[in-house]
Amino acid sequence: MTGVNRISGAGRLTPARTARFTFDGRTLTALEGDTVASALIANDIHLVGRSFKYHRPRGILSAGAEEPNALLDVSRDAARRQPNVRATVQEVFDGMKVSSQNRWPSLAFDVGGFNDLLSPFFAAGFYYKTFMWPKAAWHKLYEPFIRRAAGLGVAPTEPDPDHYASRYVHCDVLVIGAGVAGLAAALAAAKAGAKVILCDEQPEVGGALHYDSGTVIDGKPGYDWAQATGRALAAMGNVTLLTRTTAFGYYNHNFVGLVERVTDHLAAVDKTLPRERVWQVRAKKVILANGAIERHMVFANNDRPGIMLASAARTYLNHFGVAVGKKVGVYAAHDSAYEAAFDLKRAGVAVAAIVDCRERPGDAVLAQARELGIEVLAAHSVVNTTGKLRITSINVARNGGGTTRKIAVDALLVSAGWTPSVHLFSQSRGKVKFDAATERFLPGTYAQECLSVGACNGTDDLQATIDEALAAGELAARAAGAEGGAQVALTGRNAFDWTGGMHGAAEGAGADTTVKAFIDFQHDVCAKDIRLAVREGMHSIEHIKRFTTNGMASDQGKLSNMHGLAIAAEALGKEIPAVGLTTFRQPYTPVTFGAIVSHSRGSLFDPARKTPIHAWEEAHGAEFEDVGNWKRAWFYPKAGENMHEAVARECRTVREVAGVFDASTLGKIEVVGPDAAKFLNLMYTNAWDNLKPGRCRYGIMLRDDGFIYDDGVVGRLAEDRFHVTTTTGGAPRVLHHMEDYLQTEFPHLNVWLTSTTEQWAVIAVQGPKAREIIAPLVEGIDLSNEAFPHMSVAEGRICGVPTRLFRMSFTGELGFEVNVPADYGQAVWEAIWARAEPMGACAYGTETMHVLRAEKGYIIVGQDTDGTVTPDDAGLNWAVSKKKPDFVGIRGMRRPDLVKDGRKQLVGLLTKDPKVVLEEGAQIVADPNEPKPMTMLGHVTSSYWSPNCGRSIALAVVAGGRARLGETLYVPMADRTIAVEVSDMVFFDKEGGRLHG
Amino acid sequence: MLLIYCPYCEEERSELEFRNGGDAHIARPTNIAEISDEEFEAYFFLRDNPKGVIYERWRHIHGCGRFFNAARDTVSDRFITTYKAGEPKPDLDVEPKTPETVETYEALEGAAQ
Repeated sequence: MTGVNRISGAGRLTPARTARFTFDGRTLTALEGDTVASALIANDIHLVGRSFKYHRPRGILSAGAEEPNALLDVSRDAARRQPNVRATVQEVFDGMKVSSQNRWPSLAFDVGGFNDLLSPFFAAGFYYKTFMWPKAAWHKLYEPFIRRAAGLGVAPTEPDPDHYASRYVHCDVLVIGAGVAGLAAALAAAKAGAKVILCDEQPEVGGALHYDSGTVIDGKPGYDWAQATGRALAAMGNVTLLTRTTAFGYYNHNFVGLVERVTDHLAAVDKTLPRERVWQVRAKKVILANGAIERHMVFANNDRPGIMLASAARTYLNHFGVAVGKKVGVYAAHDSAYEAAFDLKRAGVAVAAIVDCRERPGDAVLAQARELGIEVLAAHSVVNTTGKLRITSINVARNGGGTTRKIAVDALLVSAGWTPSVHLFSQSRGKVKFDAATERFLPGTYAQECLSVGACNGTDDLQATIDEALAAGELAARAAGAEGGAQVALTGRNAFDWTGGMHGAAEGAGADTTVKAFIDFQHDVCAKDIRLAVREGMHSIEHIKRFTTNGMASDQGKLSNMHGLAIAAEALGKEIPAVGLTTFRQPYTPVTFGAIVSHSRGSLFDPARKTPIHAWEEAHGAEFEDVGNWKRAWFYPKAGENMHEAVARECRTVREVAGVFDASTLGKIEVVGPDAAKFLNLMYTNAWDNLKPGRCRYGIMLRDDGFIYDDGVVGRLAEDRFHVTTTTGGAPRVLHHMEDYLQTEFPHLNVWLTSTTEQWAVIAVQGPKAREIIAPLVEGIDLSNEAFPHMSVAEGRICGVPTRLFRMSFTGELGFEVNVPADYGQAVWEAIWARAEPMGACAYGTETMHVLRAEKGYIIVGQDTDGTVTPDDAGLNWAVSKKKPDFVGIRGMRRPDLVKDGRKQLVGLLTKDPKVVLEEGAQIVADPNEPKPMTMLGHVTSSYWSPNCGRSIALAVVAGGRARLGETLYVPMADRTIAVEVSDMVFFDKEGGRLHG
Repeated sequence: MLLIYCPYCEEERSELEFRNGGDAHIARPTNIAEISDEEFEAYFFLRDNPKGVIYERWRHIHGCGRFFNAARDTVSDRFITTYKAGEPKPDLDVEPKTPETVETYEALEGAAQ
């Protein structure tokens, strides 16, 4: 038995194919194809959750994506658990575990239900007013408490073991929604020869034909026609049919995001399949066939389990073969609900009454009701309901008052009419217009290449829908360039034409401030809350929305927005269009993080860049630090050494013997062409004409605003060829900056720029023994001081491979930077290391590099400068040409603010206590006793323990710094104030003799 | 995500391949060292930020690497045309019709002020 409410012979599922699952620990049997919702109802389970704020018992309201109540925790195993799954969408698979949420200790007895009694204290907007005092209590008491109480589900704690996929696809026509309209449009477009993608969120095509049993198309029952059409489309080579696929976002230029649920319905998961797949579709034309969403009725206590949208009850009966009750009532303002009563009555379910708040229901449905012996109470309203965990009765009164009549029911089917789903149309930035005759927002002005057809376009009649969809499909195909011939004709008819519809609170919802007539079930927003918001002065629908949180739950107000709008309009005494509509935003329904992240996780989230020497560094115990995406060797601890000890040893060894350093991450740009020197003259502050081939120069690059952008050593290899280096992090933006000026401001210059960062491995050999280490390995370059002085470059060979050898130094020592093609990087490094190690030299990492350069006062752009530092601020005026008529930044750096006195300048700081190492970023003041807020003169940019100076050293930017040499300043910290003396920036070998050793 | 026609590659490519470069047709003064503070301010800092058609620079940075210009409607994000760097500003005979914006919270805030 697959549930006591399963009606033999009804529905489209196969009775023999069962699946077992558990709900709150209880084992239940479902049929294959059931949703969790249909299986629960089949097993006579109607209470499935507790509401967000008041913890009221809630049941299943809908049969689709709009479900606000039945949000459950669904798991396959411990790691594959997902909270807040809509029971109406999730298909049952064998072995699935389902749990209710937001209840304790149990669903039927929930302590949080106490909130319902306290509801007078939880009026809309209460949290804006309640938790204001005392101030300190917010952090310690209110917020932790609210955070514990808020939210429905519990987030999973284990890493997601599934994988997700993503793909781009182009098509002529994307049809969203595979109901009557979508199928007809896709058919017409496909027959015209267009490349078509048709997607639908449900497991199979058909849309409303799932429940609408009276529809006949092409001589067949509607659902059968839909399946046959779906199969025919899927068989066409130019059509991609995607079911279980939700179009969640409509973005610029007809870019639509679809998410396909690939394995969530399968009992046994094929590990090669992604759990979900995102399709990023670029369509020439989009046809929106989203349909419409039925609204509930707003009346007192309209949220009890067993109260359900009329069309949902038809879906459960006609598709799943499940009766939602044994004695049902109907409360409606729209003819469509009558058909639910007809279907259930014919299936043998007792229909207690149809309560219709309208004076004049449609003639055809009235006649049919009479024929079937169903009592219709027109101009009546349901004024209250009873039943704690499931509805037991309704109180009905004639409109305008009078006696109430109590009618026993175990289900109440409601319909206030249908809201066209303009979500995607609005996301496309189309402007909706209000159709006064039918009181609904419909697509108005289109902003993108799309067309709406069928119910989402306000087209009600079936034949009109078919004709409109066929025409749109063909039009879109032709506009996209399709030239096929076949035209399609189809006929269809409904059992009944529908009339009616209403918005807002029905009679009996009461103006009373205590009546709970829900409009937003998921956020527990009632009609009275909207009125309160208006009384509190909210006049914009956007403010009302935020004050009440109406429509702000995960269902985004699919059911509630129009009701809220109508109630606000009434309270404000305005027409609905004058109050306006809130903005529709992506996504249409919740999308998992997994689908959005797709492959970009773990090592693929942000790929690591490794130098050609990385493997050696790893093998020799290097600790690594992240510099941008690069993994750089940070320091090389020996057994028993901590970082401080390792860095101190490396620092001393480089100055006493020598060190080898991997500088491959330096940005490198090859600047080539007859105008290369002219171009560099414009890009750098320095002059390049007088730099001879074979020589190098330190260059500073500014932006046109006059601030330092990058720096680096540039070597001239030939009259027309420069080897430019940039900071590690600056390489891409420096090339972009150069390309920008070359292409757009100086296009007359004949220059080529090529990034060569990854083509060269760079090995820095620094220290007194640097020459001795590399000399035997180098061929074709005289390394003597005379032939190859500091700041030289030459091409030759090292270890038999080509090299660009630089004599330069970022340590202040005699130094070389060996550039070799990247593939030879590790081999050359190993050859150098084989000579260096026996001499007592070390390999050193970035930390030692930082300390050594700071000992010499060499700046690091981006650490000692921050985008507001001029060459003069940094003490680099010597590198700015006074003769050049133009370079980028020449005018910017002369702006009044950039040349005025008192600017922050880079200086050195020496702590009075040499053992104290300042914190980088610490602020500097002149008077430590000044009352707060103190006058801050600048901040520490670099700070290290210097093993070679035997004390701490620091660089800092200080207002008027260079005029303060010798002055005592203070660095206030949380626990103490540190006295410092302003010094110059060179702490070691002030004369610079070691460079030329 | 925008779809952008690169006038050098002669193809529409996804926005992912491009990088915006700010306003177009702002020439760097050839005598920049001599201009006044006001002229420099106008050249470097002041931009119109129009609601409607903007002429802007793009670089096909993950494609051909070239800079080019585009006329784009900042309301609809529709590209009216793209053209090569150095070509004159196109004479758009008709100002493109901008669909009225959907009412947004931001728009209402603006109206309220």
